Amino acid sequence: MKYLQTNLLEIDTEAELKQLMKDHENLVVVLGRMGPMCIPVYDILEEIEDDYPHVKFAVMGFDNPDGGIIRNHPACRGFMGIPFTMYYKNGEVVKATTSIQNYQQITDILKEKF
Amino acid sequence: MEKIYDIAIIGGGPAGLSAAIYSSRAKLKTVILNEGSFGGQVVMTNEVANYPGVDLTKGYSLANTMKKQAKDFGTKLVGNIKIKNYDIQSRIKTFELEDGRVFKAKAVIYAVGGRPRSINAIGEDEFKGAGVSYCATCDGDFFTGKEVIVVGGGNSALEEAVSLTNFASKVTIVHQFDHFQAFPAVVDETKANPKINFIMESKIVELKGEESLKTAIIENLKTREKIEMNIDGVFIFIGYMPNTEQLESVFELNENKEIIVDSEMKTNIEGVFAAGDAIAKKFRQITTAVADGTVAALSAAEYLRNKKDEFEKEELLNINYN
Repeated sequence: MKYLQTNLLEIDTEAELKQLMKDHENLVVVLGRMGPMCIPVYDILEEIEDDYPHVKFAVMGFDNPDGGIIRNHPACRGFMGIPFTMYYKNGEVVKATTSIQNYQQITDILKEKF
Repeated sequence: MEKIYDIAIIGGGPAGLSAAIYSSRAKLKTVILNEGSFGGQVVMTNEVANYPGVDLTKGYSLANTMKKQAKDFGTKLVGNIKIKNYDIQSRIKTFELEDGRVFKAKAVIYAVGGRPRSINAIGEDEFKGAGVSYCATCDGDFFTGKEVIVVGGGNSALEEAVSLTNFASKVTIVHQFDHFQAFPAVVDETKANPKINFIMESKIVELKGEESLKTAIIENLKTREKIEMNIDGVFIFIGYMPNTEQLESVFELNENKEIIVDSEMKTNIEGVFAAGDAIAKKFRQITTAVADGTVAALSAAEYLRNKKDEFEKEELLNINYN
C-alpha cells in the first residue's frame, strides 16, 4: 500500500528496505507523511536525485507498520518531529535527522557521508 | 547569445505560481527562481477547505496543481536555489545564483512570501524536532499523554492548542499579551477546554533538556519574574514574517518590513512588481496571494507592452528568448 505521493521510490515493506541496503552502498530513506515538514524534504531529494547517481533515494510512509524498522531504530531515539531521514552506508546508519531539513543541510550530509 | 526572460518571478508560492500561470499563458518567457520548495506556505497547510471551486483538498495537492499548471504553460521552474547577487535597478534585471547560474529578465515580480516567526529563545533551534515543533498536525502524536506549551494568541495558536488536546495530557498556552487576537468563538472554545491552561503576558526565554526538551523558562513580561516549567514539547504559532531582509536597501518597506505596492502591484522600482504575503496588506489568504500574483503578472505584461519600443531601441531584438 502506498502512503505517499512523491516522485521518489516508495518502500512498502521492511524486506524491501533491507534489499535496498544490500543493493546500494549509499542509501537515503525518508520516513514521513504528506505534511509541511516532510514535503520540502521530498522536493529537495527529487531535485538532487540526478546529481547524486551514487546515492539511492527512497521514501517510506510514517504510518506504514513496516516503518517501525526506522521509527524504532536507536539512531531515532528522542526524535519528535517528522520526517525521520536515514542515511545508510553499506547497510549501516551513518546519520539520522529529525524534522524538516533544508537543501544545504541535506547536501552537506551527502557530501560528508557519501 | 545571452538569454533574457520577459519576466522573472522570485518565489514559488501561490502568488508566484499564479503570476507564472498568467504570464506564461500570455506567451511571455517566464522563469521562477525559488529558494525553497514550490507551493510556499500552502504546503504547510494540512487541509484547504475554503479555496473557491475546489473541494476540500490537501495543501500540497493544491500547490502541486498550481506548479503543474505553471510548468505546462511553459514557465521554467528553478527551485532550491540561493540568490547571491542581484541588480533590479537596471532596465535588464539580473540574478546571480550561488551555483553560478545567471538569469536576466525585463521585468521582475517579487513573491517571496513569509516564514513562521521564531520565538528567539535560547535552545529553540537545538530542540527543533526534539520537542520544538511548528506543526501540530505533523508532530502532535509524538506528545500523546505528555505536557506541551503552545506559544501564540491568534487563531492558529488557539486552534492548534485545541487540536493538541487530542494527544497531550495538558496544554499550556503562553501568550505575550493579556488578551487573544483570535476570533471570539475560537477563544471561547479554547477557554472551555479543561485540558488547556493559560500563562498570559509572558514569553519563553529559554528551552533546556538533554536528548530532548525537558524544561522551559518563562518570563512574565510585566514583573520580569521567571518560572521554570517541566515540559515535553513546545509548539510555536506566532505568525509569519516577510522574507524581505535582503531587500531593505532597494525596496520601500513599511514598519513590518513588508514591500509597499500600489493597486497594480508596482513597487518603487520601475519594472519591478511584488505580490503575496511579502507585500503590505491586511489579509493573507491563499486567495489573496493568487489575486496579487494575477494582478502583478498583468501589470508586468502591460509594462512590457508599454516599454517595447524602448527595449527594441536598446538593441535587444537580437537576444535569444528561448
